[in-house]
Amino acid sequence: MTTFTDPPLEEQIAQWREYLRRRRAVHGPDVEELEGHLRDQLMALTEAGLTGDEAFLVAVKRMGSLDALSREFAREHSERLWKQLVIAGDADTSANTVPAETLVVLCLAVAATLAVKVPALFGHPISPNEEVPLFYARNASLFVFPLLTVYFMWKRGSDVVSSLWLALPFGAAVVLANIYSFQKGSDTVALTVLHLPIALWLAVGFAYVRGRWFADGGRMNFVRFSGELAIYYVLIALGGFVVIAFTFMMFRAIEMNPDWFVAGWLIPCGAAGAIIVGSWLVEAKQSVIENMAPVLTRLFTPLFTVLLLAFLATMAWTGSPINVQRELLIGFDLLLAVVVGLVLYAASARDPQTPPDFFDALQLLLVVSALGVDGVALAAIAARISEFGFTPNRVAALGENLILLVNLAWTARLYASFMRRRGSFANLERWQVAYLPVYSVAAALVVIIFPPPFGYR
Amino acid sequence: MDMSKDLVAASATPLVLAILAEGDSYGYAIIKRVAELSGGHLQWTDGMLYPVLHRLERQGLVAAKWSTSENGRRRKYYRITKEGRAQLAAQRQQWQVMDGTLRGIWMKACTV
Repeated sequence: MTTFTDPPLEEQIAQWREYLRRRRAVHGPDVEELEGHLRDQLMALTEAGLTGDEAFLVAVKRMGSLDALSREFAREHSERLWKQLVIAGDADTSANTVPAETLVVLCLAVAATLAVKVPALFGHPISPNEEVPLFYARNASLFVFPLLTVYFMWKRGSDVVSSLWLALPFGAAVVLANIYSFQKGSDTVALTVLHLPIALWLAVGFAYVRGRWFADGGRMNFVRFSGELAIYYVLIALGGFVVIAFTFMMFRAIEMNPDWFVAGWLIPCGAAGAIIVGSWLVEAKQSVIENMAPVLTRLFTPLFTVLLLAFLATMAWTGSPINVQRELLIGFDLLLAVVVGLVLYAASARDPQTPPDFFDALQLLLVVSALGVDGVALAAIAARISEFGFTPNRVAALGENLILLVNLAWTARLYASFMRRRGSFANLERWQVAYLPVYSVAAALVVIIFPPPFGYR
Repeated sequence: MDMSKDLVAASATPLVLAILAEGDSYGYAIIKRVAELSGGHLQWTDGMLYPVLHRLERQGLVAAKWSTSENGRRRKYYRITKEGRAQLAAQRQQWQVMDGTLRGIWMKACTV
C-alpha cells in the first residue's frame, strides 16, 4: 500500500475519503478507486519535488470538485439515489445477526398466523357464511401483540425479569377480555374491542424502549415506529386485497369457490402476520427511507386547518346550530385524535433547536381552531346529554373528548409561548410524550371498569 | 487550451477505448496517457474519467477487474472487450469523416 511518511498528508487523505464517502452516489469501491488515483497522483507530484501540502492541493484540484464529481456519478448510477431496502444489511457489520433476525421474524409471523387458527380447534371456527364470532374481536390484539412484544424483547435483549413484568398486562387482558359475560351485541363489548388494543399498545411500547420508558427519546421513537407501522400495514393490506381479488377471479374461473379459504385463512392469518412483518420492515428500514408519517403530516396540516376554519366561519356566518345526533360526539373525538396525531408527528420530525417558522404558526392555528370547533360541539352536546341519558358509549366518548381537549389546550399554550420565544419546542415535545400513557390508561379503565356498572349492556 | 465541454465529452469514449486497445490500464495511467498524447493540451478533470469508465463498463465496451498493483494497493484495471473494439472502429470512421470535412474547409480557407 502506498502510504506516505508524512502523517499530515495521510490525515488529509483520510479526511478527503470521508467527504467522498458521504456522497450517496459514490459507493465504497468507487471511493477506493478514486483514492488510488489520488495516491498515484500524490506520489508523482512529491517525486517531482512538491511538499506534501502542495501535492495534496494540486491533486485534489485536478480531481475536480466533489459536488461535480458526485453529480457525474449520480448521472451514471442514478439507481443509487433511490435508497434500496436491502434486508441483508451491510456485508461487514451485521453479517451474522441478520439471518438470525430473519429467522426469528419468520417464526413469529408464522406463530401469529397459527395463533389466529388455534381457537378454531376449540369451537370458534370462522366460516364465510356467518359473522365472525365475537371471540375474535375481543381477543384481536392478543393474537399478535404478545408475539410483537417477544420480538422486541429478543431484539433489544431484555432480561427475564422485565419479560415477566410485561407478561402481566397481557395475562390481565386475557382475563378481562373473556371473563365478563357480555350481552349479545352490547355497547360495552364494542368498547372493550376498541380499547383493549390501545391499552396493550403501551405494553408493546415498553418492550420497544426496552423498559426504559423515560430515557433517550425512547418514547418519541416509539411514536415514530407506531406511525410508520400503521402506514406499512395499510400498504401491506392493499397488496393483500389484490391477492384476494386474484384468488377469487382465478378459482371461480375453474368453478371453485375459495370463500372458505379467503375468509377462514387468508384474511385472518394475513392480518395477524402482517403486523409482525410490518414491524420488522419498519425496524429494518429505519435509516433507509424517509419517514412517511411526518410527510403526511406536512401535507394534511394545512388541509385540516382550512377545513376547521371554513367550518367555524360557515357556522358563524349562517348561525345554524349543530344538529346534535347520537354519534356526533364520537365524530368529534376522532377529529381531535387526528389533530393530536398531526401535532405529534409534526413534533416527531422537528428539530427542537430550530426557531419557530411558518409551519409552527399553522400548527398553532390548527390546534386553536380544533379547540374552537370542539368547544362549540361540546356546548351543543352538554345541553342535551341529559335527554339522551348516560350510555357506556357516551360516557366513554365524553371522557376521551376531555382527555384530548386537555392535551390540545395545553399544547396550544406551549405552542403560543414557543412562538413568542418564551419557551422551547422541547417543552411541547416533552408534554406530548408524557401524555402518551394517559391514552392507554384511559383505554384500560374503559375495559376494566365499564362493563359491570352498565350491566354488560 | 480550453476545450469545449461537449467536445471533451464526445471524444472521451473513443480516446479511452483507443488507449485501452493499446493494452489493459487503470484510471490514473489513462489520464497520464491522454495528457501525453495531446502534448498536455487535453487536461481532463481527473475524477470525471471514472463515471465515463463505469458507463463504458455498463455498456459492455470495457471489462473491469480488481487486482493488486505493483505497490500492493488494490487497483481496478480496465480491458477493452470485443464490442468495445467494434465500437472503437465505428467511432474511428466517424471521427475520420469529421476530421476530413473540417480539414477540407480549412485548407480551402487557407488557399483563398
